[in-house]
Amino acid sequence: MALKTIRWLLWVPLILFVGFVALVASGLVTPSTHEIRSQLIGKPLPDFALPPALPAKPGLARVELGQGKPRLVNIFASWCVPCATESAQLATLKRAGVEIDGIAIRDRPEDLTRFLGRYGDPYARIGADRDSSVQMALGSSGVPETFVIDGAGVIRLQHVGEIRPEHVAGILAAVEAAK
Amino acid sequence: MKRAALLLLLTVPGAALADSAMPAAALADTQLPDPAQERQAKALMETLRCLVCQGQSIADSDAELAGDMRALVRRRIAAGEKPEAIREWLVARYGAWVSYQPPLDAVTWPLWALPLLLLVGGAWLARGRFRRRRA
Repeated sequence: MALKTIRWLLWVPLILFVGFVALVASGLVTPSTHEIRSQLIGKPLPDFALPPALPAKPGLARVELGQGKPRLVNIFASWCVPCATESAQLATLKRAGVEIDGIAIRDRPEDLTRFLGRYGDPYARIGADRDSSVQMALGSSGVPETFVIDGAGVIRLQHVGEIRPEHVAGILAAVEAAK
Repeated sequence: MKRAALLLLLTVPGAALADSAMPAAALADTQLPDPAQERQAKALMETLRCLVCQGQSIADSDAELAGDMRALVRRRIAAGEKPEAIREWLVARYGAWVSYQPPLDAVTWPLWALPLLLLVGGAWLARGRFRRRRA
């Protein structure tokens, strides 16, 4: 090999090392996102029928969604702390005319009644998902999560985590776009 | 007194507050009666990733959702579904992320190609060295 090539090749390990350090450093600096997004965005809702979570309110079935008007499906639970913090935002959305249905994950009626009494009840219907099976069918991996369903029953948006005040405008826009 | 109560509250682990009061799903921690089916279910569970404790398989995780996923796997195996069909059902919802067996596709082919390329490169380097020594 020519001496010139060898001299140039000597730099390769250092360049590789610097690249490696840069990769590790960037991994340390940028927080890793642990959000697992549903793959069903833009696809029709899967079929399901959930029994009522409370005796006074109807349960939630696939046939009731996609009846010409966009709706929110809020996946929540009384034992979930962030679900309590998003209740004010759900109330705001309801006042803006958005219809909201709930899916209560692994919940008991008495806990749910207490939760809704304390934080308000924005739901038209609440289905009881006692073994998370509908949650899994929707590709949701935690509580709270909120789906925007358009008038034809197609999932338009998945909001992962609690709805904070700064998210309300975006969700309203998604509901508007789903009309 | 108030301070003592607050301190006591701090000792409650965060996870205790983030779990439901419901018992685990029926088949989450109960084996299937048929050993062959249970073997299939267990093998599948070990290659499915927990959505909550993201470094663990659902067979290893104590998260409630992992328990519900184990119950789902056992329920479907007991109903006669093939393990790969269950995996596909989950991948269709959560993406290839949920499976510990990544498919060979446009994104993942370097994982398979790289070891081969390194072997070929190593052999080429070694060949050069051996030749020089002989000379």
